[in-house]
Amino acid sequence: MTVEELKKIAASKAELINVRRIVREQAEKLAARTGYRKQVLVCGGTGCTSSHSLKVIEQLEKSFEELGIDDVLIVKTGCFGLCALGPIMIVYPEGAFYSQMTPEHAKTVAEKHLIKGGSIVKELLYAETLHEDGSVIPFSEIPFYKHQMRVALRNCGVIAAEDIDEAIGAGDYAALSRALFEMTPDSVIEEIEKSGLRGRGGAGFPTGRKWRFTRIAEGDIKYVCCNADEGDPGAFMDRSVLEGDPHCVLEAMTIAGYAVGASEGYIYVRAEYPIAVERLNIAIKQAREYGLLGKNILGSGFSFDIHLRLGAGAFVCGEETALMQSIEGKRGEPRPRPPFSAQCGLFKKPTVLNNVETWANISPIILNGFHWFSEIGTERSKGTKVFAVGGKIKNVGLVEVPMGTSLKTIIYDIGGGIPGGKSFKAAQTGGPSGGCIPAKFMDIEMDFDNLVKIGSMMGSGGLIVMDEDTCMVDIAKFYLEFTADESCGKCTPCRIGTKRLLETLDKICSGKGEPDDLVKIKEIAEHMKSSSLCALGQSAPNPVLSAMEHFGEEYTAHIYEKKCPAGVCKSLLNYYIEPDKCRGCTLCARNCPANAISGTVKSAHEIDTAKCIKCGQCIAHCKFNAIVKK
Amino acid sequence: MAQNLFEGTKEQLEQLLVCIESHRGEEGALMPVLHEAQNIYGYLPAEVQTVIAEQLNVPLAEVYGVATFYSRFSLTPKGKHIISICLGTACYVKGSDKILQAVERELRISCGNCTPDKKFSIESCRCVGACGLAPVMIIDGDVYGKLTEKDVKGILDKYMQD
Repeated sequence: MTVEELKKIAASKAELINVRRIVREQAEKLAARTGYRKQVLVCGGTGCTSSHSLKVIEQLEKSFEELGIDDVLIVKTGCFGLCALGPIMIVYPEGAFYSQMTPEHAKTVAEKHLIKGGSIVKELLYAETLHEDGSVIPFSEIPFYKHQMRVALRNCGVIAAEDIDEAIGAGDYAALSRALFEMTPDSVIEEIEKSGLRGRGGAGFPTGRKWRFTRIAEGDIKYVCCNADEGDPGAFMDRSVLEGDPHCVLEAMTIAGYAVGASEGYIYVRAEYPIAVERLNIAIKQAREYGLLGKNILGSGFSFDIHLRLGAGAFVCGEETALMQSIEGKRGEPRPRPPFSAQCGLFKKPTVLNNVETWANISPIILNGFHWFSEIGTERSKGTKVFAVGGKIKNVGLVEVPMGTSLKTIIYDIGGGIPGGKSFKAAQTGGPSGGCIPAKFMDIEMDFDNLVKIGSMMGSGGLIVMDEDTCMVDIAKFYLEFTADESCGKCTPCRIGTKRLLETLDKICSGKGEPDDLVKIKEIAEHMKSSSLCALGQSAPNPVLSAMEHFGEEYTAHIYEKKCPAGVCKSLLNYYIEPDKCRGCTLCARNCPANAISGTVKSAHEIDTAKCIKCGQCIAHCKFNAIVKK
Repeated sequence: MAQNLFEGTKEQLEQLLVCIESHRGEEGALMPVLHEAQNIYGYLPAEVQTVIAEQLNVPLAEVYGVATFYSRFSLTPKGKHIISICLGTACYVKGSDKILQAVERELRISCGNCTPDKKFSIESCRCVGACGLAPVMIIDGDVYGKLTEKDVKGILDKYMQD
């Protein structure tokens, strides 16, 4: 393929894509020119597929056939971000946002809206896109999307994820063409350096500098790697990029190959992400067919190809040296640094490794220039950051905001607040390597440096919201269970440290904690931080340390008063039936596996706390909320 | 080891050899081969590891080392239906531990094990990325989301019948 051919495909698809991007009135005019009266975008990301969005597509196809609709385009896209409302379906040019679709709903929308002369089925729209006066608000103007700025996710939920022509129409590969024909490898690196882009995988190392080191490293063979081993539980932005716009990653890796002088790249992706793996395979195949990967790309004389490697469920493989070991077919154990990967990485050759979200930022920087990028964000953290917001929050999903956006904006303005009238307690960022942010830091500008200052870290961008029902000792124990389980065992401080910390927390949760335990935790944590081999061990104590700092009173309540204020730690709780609420339906007594509940029909029951095994079956079965944990 | 008598078919062996052949000479071939071998046999018994070691010319100890390092590789056979409960953070704060307990209670086995009739295996996983549906459970690739303890029995019953 030549540059002209690439431009031709881009031009032929541009109008189709623009219908999905611009304001309604113009979009309607534009739609008339594309040959499609309407376009229906259905999310085919993991979240919506899990709630059966593919059945919605099947039903649409069936209805179209029955109704003779042949001028409406169905597009299976990647993630729209608002995963809590899946399956999501958007109809352009109106920008009508249908949520929680079922095949029956799809049939209704086809019959009433998509058919010629039809109009929006208001009762199936996402309620927030409906104005009080009955008019429809374009979804881009609702709070969840209004405060966002989509750079890395620019094409997710916009293009058909398995169609390279749509990707090209949306702008993919334009940056590659510019880099190959209008820039030298050095000027590419300079552009990235000046943009101030820092790695989105966790540590925030300047991306341009990484490329520079790899470029100047000696060696005839060099490699470019993509870290798609998104192991932080609760983070799923990398997966969404791979599912929604896989070509943007292939393109950026090729640009890096040109810049550092590599001709081969590897993508290391979690096997737990089957859809992402499938779309990557499709994308690589299509790019090869178009000559956008392989020999003599776009006739430039530059050759580059990409291989896919699957992980096998080891969190430590997100660490760069472990990841490279794993690609080499070995146990994914980290090795000491230096030598750094830029000098001695994959197969002992100079290697540049970036994570998916970092790659997704490359093309916009090349196309729009470093000035544009460096004006977004804070002084030392440029650009945007994608957060995977989950846990006790209304709008669970993916949120991309400029660096420096406050937690308050993310949780209340975008996230819609905490459901069930509960109050916010803390948000965990950085997953098992990070820490919690208490309510008093709601207003700080979230960027790499500020988060470290308050004892947490950016990490890959998982943001788990916890409410008053979350016990901060239990959650620290949860993270330690994770790191103890995932510690590869190579270095002693991590292998034994995580185990001892977990045991101590277990002791505190089960009511056997002693005052001395808090001192012990700090001591073990210090040793782990200073002497573990890799970031997994060095950061494993963070969750417990930050929880102890911000929620120390919960730790002392567990140890001195033997109480769990949040009502989570089983050993510190007893179950009681509130006599005035109990109707004597006997359901709890019949389901109690320990026969600990006594009482006669239609009179209040009672739990024998000595017999009770605290399994929670009674609470699960009670229809009158009469059973409490105290 | 004796209780898990290995029964591989000729077809499976042929498939494995074809797969090894397609990766021959490739750097870092062991991981992709193990993935495919597990797909063919459902697990990685010592016999299969031996074939891989001989064919790829790597020490059996190294094959075993890699196979035991990664949690997705299993050295024991699994049940007909594989139940995987997400214990990632987003699911955990929404009570996925209680879902796991309910499944364990229902099937009378603990996580990581297989029922005596080889019908079900229970395992836990870390985040499948369907956090919007938390807490989630995956049975044979089908995702069940927004679960409560009460849903568990009804879902398992569907799989009990076949």
